[in-house]
Amino acid sequence: MVQTQHDATGKATSVAGDQDPEGGALLRFPGPPPDDAGDRASSGPGNHQGHPANAGRPKPAAKTGRVRAASAGSGRKDEPSAGEREPESDTSGPRPGSGAAAHPNGASTGNASPGTGPVLSATTEAKDGTELKSFLADLETANPRRDDVDAWGRSEHFRELARKVGSFYYDRWFRVEWEGLEKIPQTGGALLIANHAGAIPSDAPMIMQGIETELGRPVYGLADYWFRTLPVLGTLWSRGGGVPAHPDNAYRLLHDDGQLVLAFPEGTKGPAKLSRDRYQLRRFGRGGFVETAMRAGVPVVPIAVVGAEESMPILFKVPALGRLLGLPYLPVTANHLLLGPVLGTLIYLPAKFRFRVLDPISFDVKPSLERYPRSRIMEEAEAVRQRLQVELYDMLAHRASVWFG
Amino acid sequence: MGRRVLVTGLDTFWGSKVAAALEKHAEVEMILGMGTGKPSIELERTEFVRADQSYSLLERIVRATEVDTIVHTFLVVDSTKMSGRDLHEVNVIGTMNLLAAAGAPGSSVRQVVVKSSTVIYGAGPKDPTWFAEDSPRTSSPRTRLERSLAEVESYVRDFADDNRDILVTVLRFTNVLGTSIKTPISRNLSRGMFPSVAGYDPQIQFVEEDDVVRCLELVVRDRIPGVYNVAADGRLPWSEVARIAGAWRLPLPPVFTREAAALLIRLNLLELPPELEDLLRYGRGVDTTRLKALGFRFDATSAGTVELFARAVRLNRSVGHHLPSYTYDSDVEAFFKYSPAVVRHTT
Repeated sequence: MVQTQHDATGKATSVAGDQDPEGGALLRFPGPPPDDAGDRASSGPGNHQGHPANAGRPKPAAKTGRVRAASAGSGRKDEPSAGEREPESDTSGPRPGSGAAAHPNGASTGNASPGTGPVLSATTEAKDGTELKSFLADLETANPRRDDVDAWGRSEHFRELARKVGSFYYDRWFRVEWEGLEKIPQTGGALLIANHAGAIPSDAPMIMQGIETELGRPVYGLADYWFRTLPVLGTLWSRGGGVPAHPDNAYRLLHDDGQLVLAFPEGTKGPAKLSRDRYQLRRFGRGGFVETAMRAGVPVVPIAVVGAEESMPILFKVPALGRLLGLPYLPVTANHLLLGPVLGTLIYLPAKFRFRVLDPISFDVKPSLERYPRSRIMEEAEAVRQRLQVELYDMLAHRASVWFG
Repeated sequence: MGRRVLVTGLDTFWGSKVAAALEKHAEVEMILGMGTGKPSIELERTEFVRADQSYSLLERIVRATEVDTIVHTFLVVDSTKMSGRDLHEVNVIGTMNLLAAAGAPGSSVRQVVVKSSTVIYGAGPKDPTWFAEDSPRTSSPRTRLERSLAEVESYVRDFADDNRDILVTVLRFTNVLGTSIKTPISRNLSRGMFPSVAGYDPQIQFVEEDDVVRCLELVVRDRIPGVYNVAADGRLPWSEVARIAGAWRLPLPPVFTREAAALLIRLNLLELPPELEDLLRYGRGVDTTRLKALGFRFDATSAGTVELFARAVRLNRSVGHHLPSYTYDSDVEAFFKYSPAVVRHTT
């Protein structure tokens, strides 16, 4: 706990051994320093129970046995369905707002808070009509939440529903197969990155579906803030585990909440590329994903995706109309030619999907630093990109058919 | 010597609540409240002085009373109740005068506490899910209120730089709900009809009014400087807020939202300040790690705050406004404070 005192200059000095007197960076006031790593994990606004929930998860049995060899249909039969796993994954989602029960020190007003010293007198009095405050004790036990939407906007019930719909695509349409699923950490934060493709990318929902059903761990998908601006779709996106790709968000999810986070370093450049450029990785942004992983102290787990390119290949783009409609890009796809403008937007071509998880990459740096060497970041990002590119070529070289794999 | 505290906005919810809370502290020797109107709750030992809203009188008052602490609660964050010009006058000019008085040569002031709002972060699609105290806005201030708060905080920042011997505290409160405070959100909720932007279900964070008062009390009592976000744990979707509060959500179109709501606003059936409209699209979350590091604990979570508010609304609906009303009368107050007939127990 920090106790502030008046010293000779009137500046606050903190007894607790804080280092940085310029805590409020925006308003450069003397104040407490930015929270250190330990504080964050325990008292960040988001998830107070993220780590333990994940840490306690038992390892799914016989996971390694069914990689690569398992055929699409048969191997999955003995797996618990999404619904059966639900109670488990239900507890793993962050529940920051889940009422007073989550409140470590809720019942005792200010009195018991260790740092506040002498008792802060209660400011409530019957004459103010605040006799209702006596209900506070009641709130400790009765959870006022009516919904299961977590602080990031994700709802496990909605995910369950989305997985039910998604299972058709996952099992029957794209017939997803994984290699190296066991390389995805069972506990703790990890930044999953993948190549991004298809006019309306289907890779993100399929990767999330796969990991959530096979590993029973929730996955948060980072995406362009543009999704937030869309009515209805933006809300569904958020309930389904979409989070705006802001470095702060990634850091909190990975470091504070210890979650799996899926990101596409190519950004919109990936899905916006034409079919003739398929499987040619675009620039990996400015390596922000490496910096985020370094800061959060988590590994980067690359996933090579084959199939998404062919599920909705872009033939050409109409930039003028796209700008007019406020879209990041406006593609005309093979699906449009085959099925017309409406169905062509809704229906994917049934390409065979293969996901190959590469070895996790850990960066041997101190987490939670303000800044990391730019040269190192760029170097690491380029190395990851090269590895992913090589794996993609390898997978394509082994692919006999676009539709049957 | 005990603390001598000046509280601005004594006629408003915050000023009166803070003054009432400070009255209970023995080390607070004197509390002076300023306000443009009369105090609305009964106060035991707070002195009241009426001032114009831009506080041009303040320097004289500070010099005469030798206060060591100023709690500036009179920053308007409800833009529906005031014209833009008045808002500027109260927030920007008022704060400017206040800081000028506090920083005058030979000033007795040692701490200035400013009650700001998380409205200063704005609400937009590019926002991080959680704003820390030093997170920048992602867009330039859009509304008059946001601009005025940004100006106020920049004055406060300059003041802190120029007066290193004065502790400066800025508390940024998020949406406050409670049994007695009135805000656009609380008024909408108590009407039972709640604006929402169709297709958007943003995540909203709240804070309970008594947690706010306790927080102000804490920074004054322990002389804590710095900038702090003040918000309860967790966020909840707008739809859930409406469900807990038993309010019906009125969907407004995502385009021409303001135009669609104009008539209802005119008829006083709805309140939709521009800041609320942004909030109803994108929501806002603020990180309170820094405040919690001081040992502060919130009594209510965001959801608990809404639940508590909902109960108060339901109670009011059944029994009407049952609170004893109080009217400030200077003669009566003077009698209780100074008449030799009244038996006073010195603390």
